[in-house]
Amino acid sequence: MNEKPERLIDKKGLRLDGRKPDQLRPIKLEVGVIPNADGSAYVEQGKNKILVGVYGPRDAHPKHLALQDRSVLKCRYHMAPFSVQERKSPAPSRREIELSKVIRESLEPAIFLELYPRTMIDLCIEVLQADGGTRCASITAASLALADSGIPMRDLVVACAAGKVDDTVVLDLMDEEDKLGSADVPVAFMPSLNAVTLLQMDGKLSQEEFEAAVNLAIDGCRQVYAVQKEALKAKYVGVKEEVDE
Amino acid sequence: MPTFFEPKQIATPGDLLADGDYVAGENTYKEEQGIYASRTGLVEYDNKKVSIVALKAFYIPKPGDIIIGTVAEIGFNGWTIDLNAPYEAFLRPSDVLSRPFKPQRDELSQVLDLGDLVVAKVVSYDRTHDPQITVAEPGLGKITRGQVLRITPTKIPRVIGKKGSMISMIKQETGCEIILGLNGVVLVTGKTPEAEQAAVRAILRIEEESHTSGLTDRITQMLKKEKSRLEDVKSE
Amino acid sequence: MALVIAKIKHRQIVQLVEDGKRLDGRELTEYRNVKVEQGIIERAEGSARVRLGKTDVVVGTKVELGEPFADTPGEGVLTVNVELVPLASPGYEAGPPDENSIELARIVDRGIRESKMIDTEKLCLEPGKKVYVVFVDVYVLNQGGNLIDASAIAAVSALMNTMVPGYEVEDGEFRVKPGSSSQLPVKQHPVTVTCAKIGDKLVVDPQLEEEQVMDARLSMAVDDDDKICAIQKGGSGYFSPEQVIEFAGLAVRKAKEMRKKLDW
Repeated sequence: MNEKPERLIDKKGLRLDGRKPDQLRPIKLEVGVIPNADGSAYVEQGKNKILVGVYGPRDAHPKHLALQDRSVLKCRYHMAPFSVQERKSPAPSRREIELSKVIRESLEPAIFLELYPRTMIDLCIEVLQADGGTRCASITAASLALADSGIPMRDLVVACAAGKVDDTVVLDLMDEEDKLGSADVPVAFMPSLNAVTLLQMDGKLSQEEFEAAVNLAIDGCRQVYAVQKEALKAKYVGVKEEVDE
Repeated sequence: MPTFFEPKQIATPGDLLADGDYVAGENTYKEEQGIYASRTGLVEYDNKKVSIVALKAFYIPKPGDIIIGTVAEIGFNGWTIDLNAPYEAFLRPSDVLSRPFKPQRDELSQVLDLGDLVVAKVVSYDRTHDPQITVAEPGLGKITRGQVLRITPTKIPRVIGKKGSMISMIKQETGCEIILGLNGVVLVTGKTPEAEQAAVRAILRIEEESHTSGLTDRITQMLKKEKSRLEDVKSE
Repeated sequence: MALVIAKIKHRQIVQLVEDGKRLDGRELTEYRNVKVEQGIIERAEGSARVRLGKTDVVVGTKVELGEPFADTPGEGVLTVNVELVPLASPGYEAGPPDENSIELARIVDRGIRESKMIDTEKLCLEPGKKVYVVFVDVYVLNQGGNLIDASAIAAVSALMNTMVPGYEVEDGEFRVKPGSSSQLPVKQHPVTVTCAKIGDKLVVDPQLEEEQVMDARLSMAVDDDDKICAIQKGGSGYFSPEQVIEFAGLAVRKAKEMRKKLDW
């Protein structure tokens, strides 16, 4: 068992991994990584390694779950047994079931579901390695997988968490900060529509601290949004450059 | 009335393309006064209409479309055809045979079996029913030979080219018959497997580079090189 | 009771809310009448029944001995479970907990846990070996809208009257010491406030038809010191950041009002 650090922010105001309070962990996003899927994406953020695949819109199974006026989004958030320190059973835990629901609800507002009645869109999120903030990284990658599949969307959904650690509001909690800090506020956001599609919190924050955390998280979201857009374009820009040579 | 993207610039979902008195074209939507992209693709302006030529999208049937599909299921009163699209099509016996017909499963599989490919035309489709197709017209029916490939449906117009220039050139250079299903499935029938392969490779390359310029020339060059290479091999 | 709301009623509710009114005449930020009965299930260590409008929820707590979790050897265990029993709504089916009952359980759990209502260290009998396990079982009897707030009030009420049996050690075995029950020590009384977004307005304590019409819901749990300790957005719609921040202020005010109304 690791020892608990005494302070999460040192005297110079730097966090355990050397970041400033308002700094994001480096993030890498890649699109189109699973050839069989209609759309897919991969994200690495901190030690998080998450893969997302999309199948659909396609025939609804089972048929009685289909809706007459729109498509149904099914979402499964799942952690691999080796993704965490102590092996996790492959059976879905209550946490995974709740996260599957809130992640689905964070993405639904972005998709033009009304265009494909009686169909289903299957979204599979596999967390290969977890390091704090998996739900946010999952949402960010899932948006890309949906866009990659050609499903029309109102906007990309991007997510980022803020929290409180040693009396300071910080952006993008890593694992230790998540476990030992005093608050965690994950936020999913659609920048073009100024829409918060996921919001949760555990911990204790005053009203003012909460406001600061939400604003900080949205700021982080906007930064990641730019990386998302580059990842979507990367496939095509790469080909264009090759051809122009 | 500002626009925020250059023509042929790549936009992604949620990008604000134009603000003001514009009309939302393909793969865009209007919210308040702004036109936003709903798919990744190249921006196109046509007077007041702002559209996105999508780099990837799936096929939604329209009556009159020519499509190529695979028999996925044989039911009691017809075949279910996989169109490589969100919706499966239904083919009734009356749309296949010219004579009246007793619906028995054995007879149906003798006409069209699981895995058979058909070139068909979309008869009807709306939001409440799966599309109905027919093969009871000249030029349609079961496919017995050739090579089949799938590309994203939005690239089919690029394979056709301006006034059919690209597809005529490919047919000429390879000597192949090519049927383009609007659902992104393409049938290539040639005199030799090598000729068919050349056509297939050309089409796949068009799909990958469709958003670049000078494509027709590059594909023509590629096919000419291929043709002379094959002739060299033959003459050895 | 219909599972699908008639279009006419849908439009009626949306129009009313736009004009600042509701089906039952309440203000947009007003709660329905709330009635709490405590200690109604004698066999449980603690219990409460809450009626919030037509919503009816019973919570029973059971306290047993068990093993602590590996990463918190000196702390007792608190576990919340929710049953959406079939008689509570035509739409509920018997079976293992579905995503709705799991989400509701975890929201109620968070409000209690993050507020530090119960000092779990006081529930430890022998570190690493024996601790008290407090089971909080939420039984929804009638779904009339806003199960979250009703369940949270019921769970907190039940914990407030929970008696923890005393134990003595005999030959290395833990045995109940008769007549030595003590009240479960409680440090906070968290209140959860839920609103529904209908059109562009936020409506507090949505009743069933309002839930059928809403875009999304937002719940915030607030402790005795006006600190927000748990939040959950639900539903497939969204809120603007401004609405989220505005609601935080409203939730703190309404939680204070509710705590006073319940005399906590």
